[in-house]
Amino acid sequence: MKFGVVVFPGTWSDTDCFHAIDTVLHEPVEYIWHRQTDVQGFDCIVLPGGFSYGDYLRTGAIAKFAPVMTAVAEHARRGGLVIGICNGFQILCEAGLLPGALLRNQSLQFRCMWTNLRTENAGTPFTSSLSRGQVMRVPISHGDGNYYADDATLKDLEDSGRVVFRYCEADGAITPDANPNGSLHNIAGIMNERGNVLGMMPHPERCCEPLLGGDDGRLILESIVSGAGVAAGLK
Amino acid sequence: MFLAKIYVTLKPAVNDPQGITVRGGLHNLGFTGVTEVRVGKYMEVRLDTTDEADAIRQADEMSRKLLSNPVIEDYRFDLTPA
Repeated sequence: MKFGVVVFPGTWSDTDCFHAIDTVLHEPVEYIWHRQTDVQGFDCIVLPGGFSYGDYLRTGAIAKFAPVMTAVAEHARRGGLVIGICNGFQILCEAGLLPGALLRNQSLQFRCMWTNLRTENAGTPFTSSLSRGQVMRVPISHGDGNYYADDATLKDLEDSGRVVFRYCEADGAITPDANPNGSLHNIAGIMNERGNVLGMMPHPERCCEPLLGGDDGRLILESIVSGAGVAAGLK
Repeated sequence: MFLAKIYVTLKPAVNDPQGITVRGGLHNLGFTGVTEVRVGKYMEVRLDTTDEADAIRQADEMSRKLLSNPVIEDYRFDLTPA
């Protein structure tokens, strides 16, 4: 399973992602500069967190036109895996690879904290090591993570099982208090129709070792590695 | 040359926590009659073209493709010779 970690000007979680894949998972990984126009040879593209292009205009708005994004879209079209984390999720929405948008947090505060995530769909290449309803502790770190989509899109996401993670209490209950940013339906992560592109605001790469306060994030990365066959079977 | 004054606003259905917070500030300042505030963006774009139809086409396309996100925002623009 070869990972490619995309680096835009202003990306800040690229080294965290690289570390988690390389040192913790022992999987091959390379950085991909945003000017690169070809991502062939990679199985999974990671769009990490940060502030690509300074978040100017809107989060992810400029990044969606970076040369590498054409290649990432082509990779997704071929059925390759793409995971966008935090700013990566924002970029995927701006680029139209995922529906909806990430608005300013309801509180207007930048939220850097641990959250509980409930696994809503364990039948994806990103969650195959998890079970439905399983709760993970994963940190967030963002100012614009308030997921919004119109009613029809939201219904479609829910009906087709494409809401992958939801913010919840430690016992799995979905409550307004557990929602750190005002996201509709407590949505923390969604995937595309085909199931090979995932976007999530929380940072699994920052909790892959007990030394960092928790290692639940490892379950997502290990799912990607073990779910390689799932991806290959995608239509 | 044309000057496009481009206004980007949140769609009516989209919640605007910034606007709500600004409204609270205005209330604190004594503007108790303020019922709603919506915060948007304003951009001035100078276009090097003499053809008004071309300027309109460019302003519209750039607003749609980059300056606004059609999922959450609407846009409008005024065009003046500059």
